[in-house]
Amino acid sequence: MSTYKPPSIFTSRGWAGIAAALLLVMVIAPLLNMAVPEGSVFHLSDFAITLIGKIMCYAILALAMDLIWGYTGILSLGHGVFFALGGYAFGMYLMRQIGTDGVYHSTLPDFMVFLDWKAYPWYWAFTDHFLYSLFLVVAVPGLLAFIFGYFAFRSRIKGVYFSIITQALTFAFMLLFFRNDTGFGGNNGFTDFKRILGVAIQTPEMRMTLFVLTGIVLVGTLLLARWLVSSKFGRVLTAIRDAESRVMFSGYDPLWFKLAIWTLSAVIAGIAGALYVPQVGIINPGEMSPANSIEIAIWVAVGGRGTLVGAILGAFLVNGAKSWFTMAFPEYWLFFLGAIFIAVTLFLPRGVVGAYRQLRERMGKGAAGEAKAAA
Amino acid sequence: MSQRRTFIKRISTLAGAIALSGGLGLASTSVLAQNTIKVGVLHSLSGTMAISETVLKDVTLMAIEEINAKGGLLGKKLEPVVVDPASNWPLFAEKGRQLLSQDKVAVTFGCWTSVSRKSVLPVYEELNGLLFYPVQYEGEELSKNVFYTGAAPNQQAIPAVEYLMSKDGGSAKRFVLLGTDYVYPRTTNKILRAFLHSKGITDADIMEEYTPFGHSDYQTIIGKIKKFAGEGKKTAVVSTINGDSNVPFYKELGNQGLKATDVPVVAFSVGEEELRGVDTKPLVGHLAAWNYFMSIKSPANDEFKKKWAAYAKKMKLPNADKPLTNDPMEAAYIGINMWAQAVTKAKTTDVDKVIAAMAGQTFKAPSGIVSTMDPKNHHLHKAVFIGEVKADGQFNVVWKTPGPVKAMPWSPYIPENKGKKDEPDGKTKI
Amino acid sequence: MTFLLRLTLIAAFILPGFAFAVVPPAVIEKLALGEGEDKIAAVAEVVTAADPDGLVFLQAMMNGEVQVVAEKKQVLIVRDGKAVDAVSGAEVSPLPEGLEDVVLPNRVRGEIQSAMSALKLVSPDRKTRHTAAKSLLEGGVDAGMLTIISKALEKESDAEIKSMLVLVQAQAQLKSSDVAVRLAAVKALGSSNSPSTKTLLIDLLQKNGDDFAEPDANVRAQAQISLEAVQSRLTWGDRAAQVFSGASLGSILLLAALGLAITYGLMGVINMAHGELIMIGAYATYVVQNFFHQHLPDWFNWYPLLAVPAAFIASAVVGMILERSVIRFLYGRPLETLLATWGISLMLIQLVRTVFGAQNVQVENPAWMSGGLEMFSGVVLPFSRIAIIGFSGVVLLLVWLALTRTRLGLFVRGVTQNRAIASCMGINTARIDTWCFGLGSGIAGLAGCALSQIGNVGPDLGQSYIVDSFMVVVLGGVGQLAGTVYAALGLGVVNKILEGWAGAVIAKIIVLVFIIVFIQKRPQGLFALKGRFADA
Repeated sequence: MSTYKPPSIFTSRGWAGIAAALLLVMVIAPLLNMAVPEGSVFHLSDFAITLIGKIMCYAILALAMDLIWGYTGILSLGHGVFFALGGYAFGMYLMRQIGTDGVYHSTLPDFMVFLDWKAYPWYWAFTDHFLYSLFLVVAVPGLLAFIFGYFAFRSRIKGVYFSIITQALTFAFMLLFFRNDTGFGGNNGFTDFKRILGVAIQTPEMRMTLFVLTGIVLVGTLLLARWLVSSKFGRVLTAIRDAESRVMFSGYDPLWFKLAIWTLSAVIAGIAGALYVPQVGIINPGEMSPANSIEIAIWVAVGGRGTLVGAILGAFLVNGAKSWFTMAFPEYWLFFLGAIFIAVTLFLPRGVVGAYRQLRERMGKGAAGEAKAAA
Repeated sequence: MSQRRTFIKRISTLAGAIALSGGLGLASTSVLAQNTIKVGVLHSLSGTMAISETVLKDVTLMAIEEINAKGGLLGKKLEPVVVDPASNWPLFAEKGRQLLSQDKVAVTFGCWTSVSRKSVLPVYEELNGLLFYPVQYEGEELSKNVFYTGAAPNQQAIPAVEYLMSKDGGSAKRFVLLGTDYVYPRTTNKILRAFLHSKGITDADIMEEYTPFGHSDYQTIIGKIKKFAGEGKKTAVVSTINGDSNVPFYKELGNQGLKATDVPVVAFSVGEEELRGVDTKPLVGHLAAWNYFMSIKSPANDEFKKKWAAYAKKMKLPNADKPLTNDPMEAAYIGINMWAQAVTKAKTTDVDKVIAAMAGQTFKAPSGIVSTMDPKNHHLHKAVFIGEVKADGQFNVVWKTPGPVKAMPWSPYIPENKGKKDEPDGKTKI
Repeated sequence: MTFLLRLTLIAAFILPGFAFAVVPPAVIEKLALGEGEDKIAAVAEVVTAADPDGLVFLQAMMNGEVQVVAEKKQVLIVRDGKAVDAVSGAEVSPLPEGLEDVVLPNRVRGEIQSAMSALKLVSPDRKTRHTAAKSLLEGGVDAGMLTIISKALEKESDAEIKSMLVLVQAQAQLKSSDVAVRLAAVKALGSSNSPSTKTLLIDLLQKNGDDFAEPDANVRAQAQISLEAVQSRLTWGDRAAQVFSGASLGSILLLAALGLAITYGLMGVINMAHGELIMIGAYATYVVQNFFHQHLPDWFNWYPLLAVPAAFIASAVVGMILERSVIRFLYGRPLETLLATWGISLMLIQLVRTVFGAQNVQVENPAWMSGGLEMFSGVVLPFSRIAIIGFSGVVLLLVWLALTRTRLGLFVRGVTQNRAIASCMGINTARIDTWCFGLGSGIAGLAGCALSQIGNVGPDLGQSYIVDSFMVVVLGGVGQLAGTVYAALGLGVVNKILEGWAGAVIAKIIVLVFIIVFIQKRPQGLFALKGRFADA
């Protein structure tokens, strides 16, 4: 038996696709937004930039979900908590950057002033340092995921049970963050950000910088994920998804594989959250509601599980549709959205990408069959 | 190998999808000719806040229809643009941006919760939009781009507590400050605590309690209130419980036999609409403080109620058989009418000119008084009414201020507010 | 508060005709037209006069039947559109213009209530006297009522009422100028178990400036002793109340989770629309209630008898339609049922919002469910909650019977244990699935019917119960009714005890963390199915 040799990540045309995507977010979109005058058909409005920027963050989150669900078979109904924690970690820095420009001109955030707090609590220490806050963005979701995952996977909790306890996790965190006394602004969360690294946040340049950055991170995450799943590590993950016991009998300990991908997925989710917060201008505990976490799974399901590109596509399709429906049919949009979810699970069990692939295959076979018949 | 090839296809599909969702945004812009004035309506029609906000959307649409029936403004009809931010706070910001930059609305009527307002505020300040906010709130904010037609704390909370301390109100000496844990109750209670201190009431006689959003089991809390009330002196409860939680709270209150004559509860977020879901017979005598009650007897109110009933019937609104009006609806109605007056006065919908024209606008409000927009601070001068719950779910006005009260968005009871100017400082962008 | 209601009933009983009261005109004028102070003084006059006609007039005021024309100083009693002048007794027709309600603020209403109770102490009806004495005991008395109370006490023959009156009298005597009387009164109050007594005793021990409210040291010492006695009794009451509220929460969790235990536990369907099935049950209750309101107002108190089956059927039918149209295609793919049913839940919420409106709808308790059972003074167990505890017990029993004693139950268990073999034995498994799902959904409907009695009925009703329901089922162990019961009651009681100690949010968080930790220890829940399973 020959040893397994991982295929190269992409063909040259695959790389071309990646390059095209990078070109799109790094050059074309900024040009259309900033160089093409408003009123032109080709002008990309600020609104479109913020909307696409936001959805790209969701797409990163969806990639994280696809790694853990699509490839490893672990459905997390609590990924919102990692996303939000990443957002909060960076939000703390953004709050610090407000300085004394808040309503009360205090060095403390406004919500601490109205709670009569006189100093920052200990967990806010050093958050005024940009690099430290970036560290937190990675460390907090990662650490939580590691601890939670270690105990859960060690006890071999899986399937629906795991899903339910991740839901309990995000629900508990939501309640915790809703409390004003927790020190994260309660229901209002963090808003009214002013600047990053001293640069005003509402300038078009800053907006574009964040947009491009998000695009790069999205493409980077896609590359990383693609590399991971086509490596030997990824093969083991897929094996765990398909038959965990057999993986164990073959001498692998699934615990560490699961834990590694789970923690990585959480970290990616945290980074997505950190990119999300400055672009939408608010982070609040609503992001941790169980409903939001379920939606993440739905993006992935709509796009197609275990395809990576499907996750991104799903995030764009569902959120694009949501954005359009809430404007076009404000009173009925939930019907459409609900119907889409049902239709996708019933008729496109492998999502849009899966269905497309199936169609291609069938057409290919059909053509081959015809050719045979003709011969 | 074939897998790899399909990957490229997938990448290109992806790019297509991105372009598509961008295009969706674009599509809605280009169309419209400028023969209408667009008016944004930004109220949640789904999610947790739909319960409160849906009627505000309806009353705004009613007012728009009314203005159009009179010939519109500046010779143009108003065209409402209704969106659903779905009780999702980041979505509020997104929809706000959409209304301003895609639909180019002249004005937006919207938001209910403070957090939704805080979420859209940076957008309105950045794009110099105009927002009318119709709900009572905690104050501590003044934006050039927002007009606040609901009550500030000194137009609702403080008069209510003064009433409780008066002889007619039962000379309360001990207070339970009970609220949902978010910024409005927190700030209001902070102001009230400072106010009570100034009246010589010590911390030992104040109990502050918060419950989470959507809390539905008030057995323990009511037990605590009973205990606190049993420790001497006349006790009153000041409730800033929000939205949905009021029904279970009042049902429990009624069932546990805590009568208004023993421990009166005065609420700031409970109006006719909230009591729709409750059997009010056990609650007779509990209080609410508002700037409007449906039961107020005035010609303007009779007309308002009649219009609303007719509109509800015409549009076949779900509760048309029992149409109710409440304070935020009145505030929304005042808001849109004042905006229309200001546009007529300014002869343009230009935001800065309309803001200037808003100063000092007056409107004969359904509450029976003439509401005036303060020349400077973007808040209305409003009369304060204290009502007692009647058996039919309406309120009996037992006390009112002699005249309209000027809003103090920067409460003097918060020490950090010292030296704040009573007008937007113009510095909106940095 | 039932007191008010009962009072109205009693009043209707006492006044069969359209009696009008002979009360001095000056008093009437003060009561109806005076300011708050005048009104209270006039109420005191009526009490001192101990005039039964005064009672009639006060009752009319409380019923909102007394209306005035302020300019003409005319006081009318208006009932069923007919007006009688309160002073002259002459009928006034048509109704004069400018007629206004007499506004009774809380303070005046409180005074009138206790005055009426005092006047009723001499009623020939035992029940009336009993209610009156009780309400005086809780609501407090004025020293001015002492005469009428003493008179009533002299005449009273019923031992229970007598003992209450002794306490009432003692309350009224606390302000007596005679030290001996005060001492006796304070001593007597030691046997009370009403929180208002506690308030009175604490007041005696309070300092006003440099002086104690009670000048005599002996009386103060006795007050301290009595206070401790009262307090220890009240503490027991508190604990009992805590256990009760825990049981109540547990019964609600049980009802909400029981249906899920069937659809998820037995069938493996993760039904995210479960909450919406609860909501449908609540709306079915609302519809039935409205029907009774409009067509059978006399039978209104019995509407739950129809609402319960209606809620069951409505939710069961919706559930069965869902099962036939969507869920049956997804068996064996539990995580995908989750997504599809999530879509269903969104659509159901919006459907209800479109049909019934986004606002909450009013579901009125039947009269027998309003109010509560008083264990000791101060601890009230609401009838609605008692009813729900009982109801959940009955539902549990019926579900248990259905699963263990009926043919359907046998088939369900068979299909759950081994679908293939069951099918081979000739069981139509697809049909069993549908019925089973219908049963689970119907129970969710019953939960909705119960919840409508204590909380909101709105489109979002289900959303607040779905997470809790899943926690209960998972904690209890899948496929086990007993586990669900223990988990629901356990979580309810633990949550309530924690809530009293740490507040609602922290209590909930602790419970969630506990569940997470617990599942680490016993991944299959409290009651795991025994046996050896290898995963596929």
